[in-house]
Amino acid sequence: MTDLQKTPEQTATRWTPDGGRDPLAGRHGAIGTSLPRIDGPLKVRGEAQFAAEVPADRLAYAALVTSTIARGAIATLDTAAAEAAPGVVLVMTHRNAPRMAPPAVIMTDPRAAGASSLPIMQDASIHWNGEPVAVVVAETQEQADHAASLVRVTYREEPASLSFERAIAVGRHPDTVLGEPAVIETGDAETALRNAPHRIDRVYRTPRHSHSAIEPHAVTVWWEGGDLVLHDATQMLHMTRYTIAGVFGMDEERIRIHSPYVGGGFGSKGPWSHHFLAIAAAKLAGRPVRLALSRGDVFRVIGGRTTTEQRVALGARDDGTLAALVHTGTAAMTTHNNCPEQFTFPARHLYAADTIRVEQRVADIDMVANTFMRAPGESVGTFALECAIDEMAGELGLDPIEFRRRIEPETDPTSGRPFSSRQLLKAYADGAERFGWSRRAAAPGAVRDGDWLVGMGVATATYPYYRMPGGRVRITLGRDGRAVVAVAAHEMGMGTATVHTQVVADRLGLSVDRVDFQHGDTALPAFTMAGGSSQTATLAAAAHEATLALLEELLRLAGNDSPLAGLTVDEVEARDGGLGHRGSRERFESYASILGRAGREEVGAEGESPMPTETQSFSMHSYGAQFCEVRVHAVTGEIRVSRFLGSFDCGRILNPRTAASQFRGGIIMGLGLALTEETQFDERNGRIMNPSLAEYHVPVHMDVPEIDVIFTDIPDPRAPLGARGIGEIGITGVGAAVANAVHNATGRRIRELPITLDKLL
Amino acid sequence: MIPFTYTRAHDAAEAIRLGADAATKYLGGGTNLVDLMREGAERPGALVDVTGLPGAIEESQDGSLRIGAAVRNTAVAEHRAVRARYPMLARAILAGASAQIRNMATVGGNILQRTRCAYFYDGTVRCNKRTPGAGCDAIDGFNRMHAILGASAYCVATHPSDMCVALAALDALVELEGPGGRRTIPLTDLHRLPGDRPDLDTVLGPGELITAVVLPPLPWAQRSTYRKVRDRASYAFALVSVAAALDLAEDGTVRDVRLALGGVAHKPWRAERAEQMLRGRPAGTESFRAAADAELAGAAPLRDNAFKPELARRLITAVLGELMGDAA
Repeated sequence: MTDLQKTPEQTATRWTPDGGRDPLAGRHGAIGTSLPRIDGPLKVRGEAQFAAEVPADRLAYAALVTSTIARGAIATLDTAAAEAAPGVVLVMTHRNAPRMAPPAVIMTDPRAAGASSLPIMQDASIHWNGEPVAVVVAETQEQADHAASLVRVTYREEPASLSFERAIAVGRHPDTVLGEPAVIETGDAETALRNAPHRIDRVYRTPRHSHSAIEPHAVTVWWEGGDLVLHDATQMLHMTRYTIAGVFGMDEERIRIHSPYVGGGFGSKGPWSHHFLAIAAAKLAGRPVRLALSRGDVFRVIGGRTTTEQRVALGARDDGTLAALVHTGTAAMTTHNNCPEQFTFPARHLYAADTIRVEQRVADIDMVANTFMRAPGESVGTFALECAIDEMAGELGLDPIEFRRRIEPETDPTSGRPFSSRQLLKAYADGAERFGWSRRAAAPGAVRDGDWLVGMGVATATYPYYRMPGGRVRITLGRDGRAVVAVAAHEMGMGTATVHTQVVADRLGLSVDRVDFQHGDTALPAFTMAGGSSQTATLAAAAHEATLALLEELLRLAGNDSPLAGLTVDEVEARDGGLGHRGSRERFESYASILGRAGREEVGAEGESPMPTETQSFSMHSYGAQFCEVRVHAVTGEIRVSRFLGSFDCGRILNPRTAASQFRGGIIMGLGLALTEETQFDERNGRIMNPSLAEYHVPVHMDVPEIDVIFTDIPDPRAPLGARGIGEIGITGVGAAVANAVHNATGRRIRELPITLDKLL
Repeated sequence: MIPFTYTRAHDAAEAIRLGADAATKYLGGGTNLVDLMREGAERPGALVDVTGLPGAIEESQDGSLRIGAAVRNTAVAEHRAVRARYPMLARAILAGASAQIRNMATVGGNILQRTRCAYFYDGTVRCNKRTPGAGCDAIDGFNRMHAILGASAYCVATHPSDMCVALAALDALVELEGPGGRRTIPLTDLHRLPGDRPDLDTVLGPGELITAVVLPPLPWAQRSTYRKVRDRASYAFALVSVAAALDLAEDGTVRDVRLALGGVAHKPWRAERAEQMLRGRPAGTESFRAAADAELAGAAPLRDNAFKPELARRLITAVLGELMGDAA
């Protein structure tokens, strides 16, 4: 029997209500408290060492030369002047680069992480404007940068696919959309739409976005004989290692990657071309090489969110229920990557409709491979869907929250599965009360404060629950009464180290200062990725298994001379730095005592995240309600978000402080998506024309109002610790909440992001 | 970045002696020049740092204000006399860049900053400003930030300064010193329209150095302001900005008016036509709008900035309306 065929009862995991009692269910108060980030002081003092700061003997510095055409081949390549420049160690091009196999693309294999399957600097061919054509290695970064400017390249251009409009016309279905079918139909939605008494049928457009993490991508690499050492900024350590091993035909065990700190990933920090180029250059140079991308490089060699054109059509009855929901569209992609931007995912799970049709297509463009960027798909998909819901609410004369109440489904609308836990309406109710939604004027353009038109908007946030199988963690208890948690997990600033210190402390009955959390190193037990908001659930599942194994081992070691003698795992609990009988305060032995009598310095156990069978049986998603108040200047069209509230239903909140920061950061990124961010891709030559933070506008402080964040904090019985992921949901729904508020303020419906002031003049 | 030499000058004479070479550039706060050097858009062989030149903010008997070219933008914006007598200038400076950049940037450097046109910054595409005769990829490219007034078939770039828009409105004079001696010219004559030589931003001769800016007395400029409209609340260049001062007679007619626009042209755009129309006319939305219409009559928008003429009209009308309200 496959997992797909199992019933919910058969897929019970050890943490679910039907999985039996959990003897280590934490009741010690660490989980759920706002423990400050344990890496905070290091970062504030500048003592956390990032990949571009790691020292190395005889370190050389690399700079990229990138192509200036979108498609064709290098015609001439003159590196003489660069090679003669002061300090230059070598210039690597396709002529002298070591042989490298194309990277295995993410999701073509569970461990693959390549952003694109294009060969890297293996021949003269050019696939996008900005593709690396040479790497200059020199004694200093300045010398490398200068010499890079001396490399002369000419090209033979070939016709390129650069126009999204033209590429849409010859678009295609992707094989799958993250493993889901590209097309889902329940009933005949187009007919139901035509016959519905109320219809809206709209097209929404979203632009490209570029990753703008505070830390630009960087690697410092060196070879030790046949062994390879990388200091990297990555959110997928072992997957990166696996991918590099494939490219260089190496044994994985001979590669070690350190990545203790990552200055923001958002989906972009996997293996890109600069990894392979730096490794190859270090091989040629025979010395350590650092390749730290400039901000401009990040725009050209690291992909971002792709552009979409989406159609949402809704057919409703007078009573505010839906007869038809259609969400279709196209995203720009390349022929050599695997990120179709799953913008139809929200429509598959959010609302009840008699008939549903979703369809995703891709249009092939010659550009840097687009990639995951905080809630890929859901971020821009909720813009289209949630604007359309707002438009239909207006059509029906219903309050947008009331409309959503009427289309709240009982089971997942496309899969039919039961929801593990869905408190979307509570999130709406709680948010509405706190935000003062009842003060919203139903009629657009009705509220004015001086020159400013004021409006409120709301939209649903949603993101799937993912838990990855296979992530391992080792927990070791020492005779000193301390626990060490070792896992190749990732701390990108979201609080992973802090939260899992709390989790393990709680499960083992230790105070948080007695738990050391080791992470960010492939020498530690292999882990999956910090992606898809999955790391916490995956790590929690593995830690659950590891702590239970540890409990069994401790009872065995305690033996017959212990106050615990004769007790089974179900009769004990972890407390006060040891184990005790549930029914008696007296029957207790500390971990130090158990280990001491057993003559052991330490005891350890490993756990692994099992297959995520819970998602085969249940529809598992996080939800939220995003409330926005905007002020639009009546004269100039300037838009200011004056208030924002996110009300989230993400299961149990493990640390309100780090969680609120994740939600708030997501919302701020959403404000950029709504109002300012757009990568300018010149369709004449495929060149990105605003590759800097002066011209690519992320929100500045003055664009961000005080953001209120609340959560239902209702545990999901199917998720380890009751917690679903929280990293990505914050950005979802924000674009629509802002657009809906702008409509409420002005009566103008903007269906193309970003909502700039000229669209409101 | 191309290797270069760096020298610090202690006075104007030394700077000019060091800076007479064509491959030499004067360096102020470096907030624009150094960026351009990193992008390869400027390739000076030598930099002469002029931030150590003497010069402060001096108030003269006649009511004018002389500001040394090396004075930092922040110092100008915070100066008591500037704030009290020329509020539009303080506001314009504070509307630009970020606090850190304003702390570094000098008055002379601000005036001489170059366009932010992406096609100028990117050395792989065509730009007549960067390579005369190469052509212009901005005319049919991303040109939301670009000019609607005074542009040419060779260049549609805009001058990015906020400060200069206020200086243009205030009839500021620029003191220059060069190998050929000293001269003083109106700021509005310093920057050029692009014509067929967009590579020439200004009328400065080789080695010529801005030593000071003089603000003539203008008592009624106490009632002046600067309003900037941009794509985010801070740290963005103007889509359109307006510097304005309004002097009303007892009978409600416009005795005098100063009006300049930013974000619309290759230079800070003094709206002389609108000013002329307004003098002696009754102040009011109708006359303000008519003057704005006249000023923008020749506007030639591009693919991405068709909104600018209307935005400029609205902004002029609104800003003058506000100043009139202040007077009432």
